[in-house]
Amino acid sequence: MIKQHVFVWDPTPSNSSAVYNYLVKKVNERDLGESIEVYRSTYIGLTSGTPIIRILPKNIIYTKFEQEDLGEIFESIVSDEVVDRFICEYDAKLAPVSERDKQSKQFKIVLRNVGYLDPESIEEYISRGGYKALEKAIFEMDPDRVIKEIKDSGLRGRGGGGFSTGLKWELTRKEPGAEKFVICNADEGDPGAYMDRAVLEGDPHTIVEGMAIGAYAVGCKEGFIYVRAEYPLAIERLEKAISDAKKYGLLGDNILGSEFSFNLELRWGAGAFVCGEETALMASIEGKRGNPKPRPPFPSQSGLWKKPSFINNVETWANIPPIVEKGSGWFSSIGVGRSKGTKVFAVTGKVKDPGLIEVPMGTTFREIVYDLCGGILDNKKFKAVQTGGPSGGVIPEKFIDMSVDYETLMSIGSMMGSGGLIVMDQSDCMVDVNKFYLQFSVDESCGKCAPCRIGGKQLLDLISKITDGKGDKKDIQKIKNISNAMQKASLCALGQTTPNPVLSAMHYFEEEYMEHISDKKCRTGKCSNLVQYMIIPEKCIGCTACALKCPVKCISGEKKKPHIIDQKFCIKCGECFNACKFNAIVRG
Amino acid sequence: MKTQKDVQLDTRLLDFIEEWKDKKGKEIMILHKVQEVYGFVPRAVAIEVSRMIDLPLAKIYGIITFYHIFKLKKPGKFKVSVCMGTACYLKGGNDLIAELESILGIGVNAVTEDGKFSIEIVRCVGCCGLAPVILVNGKTYGNLKKGDLPNILNEYREEPKN
Repeated sequence: MIKQHVFVWDPTPSNSSAVYNYLVKKVNERDLGESIEVYRSTYIGLTSGTPIIRILPKNIIYTKFEQEDLGEIFESIVSDEVVDRFICEYDAKLAPVSERDKQSKQFKIVLRNVGYLDPESIEEYISRGGYKALEKAIFEMDPDRVIKEIKDSGLRGRGGGGFSTGLKWELTRKEPGAEKFVICNADEGDPGAYMDRAVLEGDPHTIVEGMAIGAYAVGCKEGFIYVRAEYPLAIERLEKAISDAKKYGLLGDNILGSEFSFNLELRWGAGAFVCGEETALMASIEGKRGNPKPRPPFPSQSGLWKKPSFINNVETWANIPPIVEKGSGWFSSIGVGRSKGTKVFAVTGKVKDPGLIEVPMGTTFREIVYDLCGGILDNKKFKAVQTGGPSGGVIPEKFIDMSVDYETLMSIGSMMGSGGLIVMDQSDCMVDVNKFYLQFSVDESCGKCAPCRIGGKQLLDLISKITDGKGDKKDIQKIKNISNAMQKASLCALGQTTPNPVLSAMHYFEEEYMEHISDKKCRTGKCSNLVQYMIIPEKCIGCTACALKCPVKCISGEKKKPHIIDQKFCIKCGECFNACKFNAIVRG
Repeated sequence: MKTQKDVQLDTRLLDFIEEWKDKKGKEIMILHKVQEVYGFVPRAVAIEVSRMIDLPLAKIYGIITFYHIFKLKKPGKFKVSVCMGTACYLKGGNDLIAELESILGIGVNAVTEDGKFSIEIVRCVGCCGLAPVILVNGKTYGNLKKGDLPNILNEYREEPKN
């Protein structure tokens, strides 16, 4: 009998999964370790509130089962049968590996192995062609050739900036000095983005291999992965990947018997968003407060411990082995214009089917939102999508058919960012969303430079004033002036990009902003100070549903007679509005 | 000023410091270990660590106060972390905080009188598909509504209040 590989995905990101534990226990009890192997998977291609089991090689996917059904599922695995009632329909997101599937519109390069192999097994990674690229680089290519290949591929940094990866490598290689450092930025702090986590937890060896190739090309002996402490499973798996790679002679001294030696270590982040900025990240690896430094000197000249250094993020590193293996021509044939290859997006917010997708550059927002993620939740109307998180901007409906690539996004006032796509529907208030991002940026400002520290706070105060109903038309100009100063004078990208969401929302949703300022109205009801709930006496039948729901008991009235809301005590929570089945409560 | 008593550091921490003492960029890693062992960074321990790795106490506090993860106060026995990533925010993370505050009678970053619960806000925990999300001592609860919270908290209460 063929060995069955059982992947368990559990929504719980911690290390314990009742489903996984149960299956492992059963396998051990029955001594079936020879024929069944159970893994904890971190990404299966689906997102669900309940655990998912995937069984390879048959590729059977079970969802929506209860703990007590596990016995039956286990028996079916043992007897190689299928339990029909838990079977999950083939989902658009489960595209075959590394192959363009016309129907699904996905193309997997970065996520090629994620969910298809045991992330803790180096043997499996090797059996799927892993470390072949490293071998090819060391024995068939000289460092300059590797750099040329990466440059020609057109790969650009996937962390947000979009700087040419090959060029960055070349600049660092050209610097004099024997000691240079290679760094992986795995401090994924952008709210709403979790693609790096999927790669780190699902395919850690690809990062190790990519970094070893980078180190070979640039001439580094030492490297660091700066990983978020909030991702304990990623840390555990990276540690195992590094130690296994050492055992196999793929890291350490004289890799694969060659002259090339390279050591890789982990350093943990500690919850500071600014540490995603490269100079701040290097300060943090050095064990200091993560304050950014002015440039020049650039990290390629004087980076970690003042030595030439270069940083790429997780997704960029995951692209390296396939490019080296298949060549720059293959990679540059994917994508559009100056944006080559694919991009992984974490689509969240008001979509039916949130999750990770990997698509070729140039795919449109419509394809992403409607074809891959099932459209808007509750069939509401699409309003906007936010890209680039707190540094990016909103994209209104009129651009929904625009191609998603670096240049197009820049031209409409947003940016690629790390790949978080937050979809908003008509019930989301743009001013309120701006307030959220500003709060985030103000909280995360390191405080070193004045434009970011003071400007961010002033912007937040102005926006809060508007959402409180105290906005003035003059505030718009003030916001623009402060934003301009921040963009020009802040020390690092955090401060320079803090105003972006506000500026883009003010541009594309000017009407909504003006409504808040002039009419003191919020059409979505999100800005509670601008909202008043009222009962229309003609429609109210006196069912008391609203009075029962009201948390402050400010709705009064006799049964079967129209009720009244006491505005003095109303906290504008909207519970009554949601409770009324007769549309008798209006929001104004 | 209160004088600090000498403390005997936990052996797990001592071993870790020994291993990391000569490595580059050890400071944050050692503080992570302190927090793992004690749940927060007690002042007495910080003083001892400062002496052992020969780093001024002010630098150590500079690091602790810069990074969100390090805590100077002891958290509750059950740490309730509310995710305020964008997806959770849009789907009502704020309401969850307000409800928790009213159930537990404490604000964010505070501990209940019996030391059992504390509330904190965390950045995106990376499961936006389940928004809004809270974690209780690392265990995730997703797709939450306000009404789900009392039951979740009751799981951790030995005897119900009131």
